[in-house]
Amino acid sequence: MAPTTTIRIALAGLSLAVAATPALAVTELQWWHAMTGANNDAVNRLAEEFNASQSDYKVVPTYKGNYGETLNAGIAAFRAGTAPHIMQVFEVGTATMMSAKGAVKPVYQLMKDAGEPFDPNAYLPAITGYYSTTKGEMLSFPFNSSSMVMWANLDALKAIGLSEPPKTWPELFAAAKKLTQTGFPNCGFSTTWVTWLNIEQLSAWHNVPVATKANGMDGLDTTLEINGPLQVKHLTNLAEAQKDKSFDYSGRYDSGFGRFTAGECPIMFGSSGSYGNVKGAAKFAWASAPMPYYPDVPGAPQNSIIGGASLWVMGGKKPDEYKGVAKFFSFLSDTDRQAKLHQTTGYMPITKAAYEKSKADGFYAKNPALEVPIKELTNKTPTENSRGLRLGNLPQMRDLWAEEIEATLAGKKTAKQALDEAATRGNAMLRQFEKQAGR
Amino acid sequence: MSPERITFGGRLLPAALIAPQLLIVGLFFYWPAVQAVWQSFQMQDAFGLSTEFVWFENYRALFTDPAYYQALVTTLVFAAAVAGLSLGFALLLATMADREIRGSGIYRTLLIWPYAVAPAVAGVLFGFLFQPGLGLIARGLNQIGIPWNPLLDGNHAMILVVMAAAWKQVSYNFLFFLAGLQAIPRSVIEAAAIDGAGPARRFWTVVFPLLSPTTFFLMVVNVVYAFCETFGVIDVLTHGGPGRATQTLVYKVYQDGRIGADLGGSAAQSVVLMAIVIGLTAIQFRYVEKRVAY
Repeated sequence: MAPTTTIRIALAGLSLAVAATPALAVTELQWWHAMTGANNDAVNRLAEEFNASQSDYKVVPTYKGNYGETLNAGIAAFRAGTAPHIMQVFEVGTATMMSAKGAVKPVYQLMKDAGEPFDPNAYLPAITGYYSTTKGEMLSFPFNSSSMVMWANLDALKAIGLSEPPKTWPELFAAAKKLTQTGFPNCGFSTTWVTWLNIEQLSAWHNVPVATKANGMDGLDTTLEINGPLQVKHLTNLAEAQKDKSFDYSGRYDSGFGRFTAGECPIMFGSSGSYGNVKGAAKFAWASAPMPYYPDVPGAPQNSIIGGASLWVMGGKKPDEYKGVAKFFSFLSDTDRQAKLHQTTGYMPITKAAYEKSKADGFYAKNPALEVPIKELTNKTPTENSRGLRLGNLPQMRDLWAEEIEATLAGKKTAKQALDEAATRGNAMLRQFEKQAGR
Repeated sequence: MSPERITFGGRLLPAALIAPQLLIVGLFFYWPAVQAVWQSFQMQDAFGLSTEFVWFENYRALFTDPAYYQALVTTLVFAAAVAGLSLGFALLLATMADREIRGSGIYRTLLIWPYAVAPAVAGVLFGFLFQPGLGLIARGLNQIGIPWNPLLDGNHAMILVVMAAAWKQVSYNFLFFLAGLQAIPRSVIEAAAIDGAGPARRFWTVVFPLLSPTTFFLMVVNVVYAFCETFGVIDVLTHGGPGRATQTLVYKVYQDGRIGADLGGSAAQSVVLMAIVIGLTAIQFRYVEKRVAY
């Protein structure tokens, strides 16, 4: 009758089992992560290399399920007193981690205490901005970052007389209409992560706020501003396009991405991390391109915001263990290692040096699709509206926003009604989070 | 019926015999239930760093939230549809399989199989069939001119989750109905046949009343199933959407507690859900059972 309790007990038991490894002379550092497949291999390889490079510490990576499951496992373990040292948390869990004062050890503090050389300016600000306070103090260590790009079927575009993907939203809507009339009746364009593109990225890309207080970075007493004129106009356009399927909805998350690689949707918005997937599955000429913008918005495009995850250091550990974690982070920041990680996984390089090195290696000449998200992120210096989001309960908030977007696309509400409702309901959720976490 | 009742003397032996059962029920039902009630009066951050006793604030938030009432209505519709569909379909299949036909053993075995499928897997299977752009049946429907789209049409989504949830339960119901049918003495049915009753009349006046204890039991089980055990199917197929069209009470508990990390609010919902299910079961035993002939 009480699933939450049962799940917590089960998770606590599970984490106990993991933590009950025998004590060794070397200090073990638990690293919980959510990477599968090739990325899991990369994680294991990093740990092996680090363990081989010195003899004082041993990083032990453990796969804990998807991002949400890993976060829940970490929370349950913390409550049971058996938290890992390092936890990989997706970007939307940032507010949850940040407001858990005492449960986490900020990275800038960690590096200072351990006396590790650490220069926050060595990292790409578009990435670390998401995980830093407004004063520029880095709270978590960026690990795998991606951004949203437009994946385009070039063969389909050629058939309607376009040699490259559309640059602006009006151009995109027009192209999509033509595509539905020439061989793609079910779908002109579509998107994964419907709120990430149409609310979060759209707002940052046009330098428009999602919420007050620098999108929540300045405090928990933030209110949503997702019902501004730009967002309303864009959602109205989407709903209009849904009628003739020049836009076709593919669900809240990323399960609809296969519609692109299968050739059903010639244009699909998705994470730049889909690179390997597209490369392996698409049987047509393809490219990735920056997200479109509305040309009548002054200064657009601004810069995009990141997706992916970062590494959080949990609180309450011994100084020696923290020293090991700090050493491991220095090890991860190494330019060659970062460049290699970037080039093998397709995730973004986190340091400027690794980006420069990849450029010098000629990596982007061969893999232009992987430079698009970096160019989007570094397009302009991030502003209050484009640094990132720190909204409490963002994973559930996205579901809430998606509910209202779905109502609009189904023709049950106007864009204005839906976004007003999404803001009202979201604000109630923010107040709830403020009460829970802000005390 | 039987006047001889076996009784154990003393107090210690009966207590010892019943203790393991009580211990298990206490540990796995009462303790979590009490925990849930206790937690529903608290407000807590995700990491449990600060806890505050807030009396009925979680409940007040619940009962002033229109979404909660919507979820309640959705749940009632969903439960009625799942129980009705799975019971009706199972009864039909059981009557068919009860006939004297060649290879009935194979049919019976095959019909029981789906029960071994986990709800989430059932969800994935139905997703493969009915998800637009992905599913075989969905494409077929669209090709013959039915604009099937559970991603945006709330009714379609509801039909989809009802089908998947009911499909899961049909085997279980089938098993009980078949056992019930086979327990009915052939002589009674033969007597009715000799008296000139046709198959339909025989079914409704003889067989169905004799099945009523089974039907009643299954009804209770199916309603509890639809209320409490279906979030796997919903999570995989619709995530409660589109809009909130398939957000049932138990799915809302999962969303708020697990995704939203609002343990107090989620516990309050669990308590209300528990009360509703206990109430429904009590009503069924109080009023419906009177019409059951054992």
